[in-house]
Amino acid sequence: MARAFTPKVVTANDLLEGDVIYLTASGDWTRSLSEAELIQDEAEAQLRLLEAQSQAKIAVGAYLADAKAGENGPEPTHFREDFRRKGPSNYAHGKQADTKEALEDV
Amino acid sequence: MYKSNAFDPAFREERNRQFRAQVERRIDGQLTEDEFKPLRLMNGLYLQLHAYMLRVAIPYGTLSGAQMRQLALLAEKWDKGYGHFTTRQNIQYNWPKLKDVPDMLDALAEVNLHAIQTSGNTIRNVTADHFAGAAADEIEDPRPIAELIRQWSTDHPEFQFMGRKFKIAVSGAANDRAVLKAHDLAVKIVRNDAGEIGYQVLVGGGLGRTPMIGKVLNDFVAADDLLPYIESVISVWNQLGRRDNKYKARIKITVHELGLEKIRELTEERFKQVRPTFGGADQALFQDIKRHFAAPDFRAGSTEAFDAAYGSDPVFRAWADTNLAAHKAPGHAIVTISIKKHGATPGDATAAQMREMAAIAEEYAYNELRISHEQNVILPHVHKNDLPAIHARLKAADLATANIGLISDIIACPGMDYCALATARSIPVAQEIATRFDDLKMEHDVGHLQIKISGCINACGHHHVGHIGILGLDRAGVENYQITLGGDATETAAIGTRTGPGFAYDEIVPAVERIITAYLEQRDSAEETFIETYRRVGMDPFKAALYPAAEKKVA
Repeated sequence: MARAFTPKVVTANDLLEGDVIYLTASGDWTRSLSEAELIQDEAEAQLRLLEAQSQAKIAVGAYLADAKAGENGPEPTHFREDFRRKGPSNYAHGKQADTKEALEDV
Repeated sequence: MYKSNAFDPAFREERNRQFRAQVERRIDGQLTEDEFKPLRLMNGLYLQLHAYMLRVAIPYGTLSGAQMRQLALLAEKWDKGYGHFTTRQNIQYNWPKLKDVPDMLDALAEVNLHAIQTSGNTIRNVTADHFAGAAADEIEDPRPIAELIRQWSTDHPEFQFMGRKFKIAVSGAANDRAVLKAHDLAVKIVRNDAGEIGYQVLVGGGLGRTPMIGKVLNDFVAADDLLPYIESVISVWNQLGRRDNKYKARIKITVHELGLEKIRELTEERFKQVRPTFGGADQALFQDIKRHFAAPDFRAGSTEAFDAAYGSDPVFRAWADTNLAAHKAPGHAIVTISIKKHGATPGDATAAQMREMAAIAEEYAYNELRISHEQNVILPHVHKNDLPAIHARLKAADLATANIGLISDIIACPGMDYCALATARSIPVAQEIATRFDDLKMEHDVGHLQIKISGCINACGHHHVGHIGILGLDRAGVENYQITLGGDATETAAIGTRTGPGFAYDEIVPAVERIITAYLEQRDSAEETFIETYRRVGMDPFKAALYPAAEKKVA
């Protein structure tokens, strides 16, 4: 039996800046995971990924990342995505170091 | 210091011009990412976890003051004010923006630096003993060979699209400080019974998923045969090496599968074809290169300022005891500047620190700096009388940590704080180990001990050859750290042995502490180092310390 689908967000890196970016429900890109669209349906996820991949002038290496619903929008389920969301943990200096998500956890 | 001939600047300028146009075409959509990726990788530009990363080659780890200053400029102007020195004597910038990279490459070219062949399936930047040209135990400076290999391998048409990358290291000393046996190919300068200088060639070493210790392919290659011999080895592997599976593509697997004898035979056959194509131009070039690496005119003079400071200043004495090495010239020493301040990121230097090191090199150290694979900076030639002044300057720049060769002098790869390939973090583990043992004030009592940490199986942090090796993995969605003991990165190279099950992130520092406690209990005197004790007593006492519950179960 195929594994049950788990909720996803579409994520990539910004072509010009390299920053981690997420696809929103309106089809724009955001740097905050909490503003990303949490996709509950597998077919929809594939369509949204295709849409992201077609935006080659904005996004590099788009993929579907596992996420879960949180109080303030999607949250990561794996530590890799948590680091991508917040930036390096050795000391606060990443692009995302001053975003609200990084500050929440400090 | 090597001054490039007219060919190098022209070649770099053309490459930079091409890359600038490629970046423009990527940004305006003429190139897809699939088309652009191999082009950016050929110029050292990766896309990592949070940002692009530019890897700049520091050939054989040697820099002038002006070059170090330019590295500082890049850090400040186009990055976040710091650079990261790597285990391959390179520097990485963690935050460049795509549009800025062509300008960064142009700025590097102004001081004869570049990012060519720092990525991709090519012959990578050749590394060398970081004490080359200075060490008391050296037969000959190995850097002219490294420079010869650099010129020969740069854009070599046969070796641009190999099955996998190819790493070469060179050394001219009895003590191996360049981890020769962990390289695809290594050249060690030797002297035969007749007193002639030649080259021992090792092959098939490597870390990563399948760690292997390099083996001697040829005990003595004559000077004028070296380049054609290396070309023959790589040519044989380039044809036979596996391209069906990237994990089996490195030469270590080819050597393992075919056997050393077969590789030797094929190399000899190939050499017969290749040797006649080298008409002597390489040797003329080699002689020219050698002139550029002539030792500086070492000054004479008393060392009384050093002796006085050593006698009266305990902080200076502690630093001198750990951070100096024997120099070949009378009255001189080799200084290792620790880029491993307790709690800081191993290998990270700020732009201000880079500038200060450049200034110190220019004022006191014959304008030479080195980057070590251990992620420290070396002043290879210093007159001992200048050491008190240098130490004072380093202290003011937060660069005077006295910990070279000690437990906090840790090699750590960028790990999951930066690297897209990482499966776990490595830098914070290094930070916490260093801080912990500094708090305990145990570091000098523990003595010589090398901890090496990798955040994935690719082993950029050399964990296999650490006295204590730590490998970070993703086990069912959480970070987990495996420990190996007994690894050795020197001429007696060895792959460490796994202790047993791994440890969670918050258990790894206490686990290292238990290993150290066991060592202190087991050593027969304060002089017996960790690795000596391990070799004498074996794994059992350390296992018992690491897994007390399991021991009880067995009992």
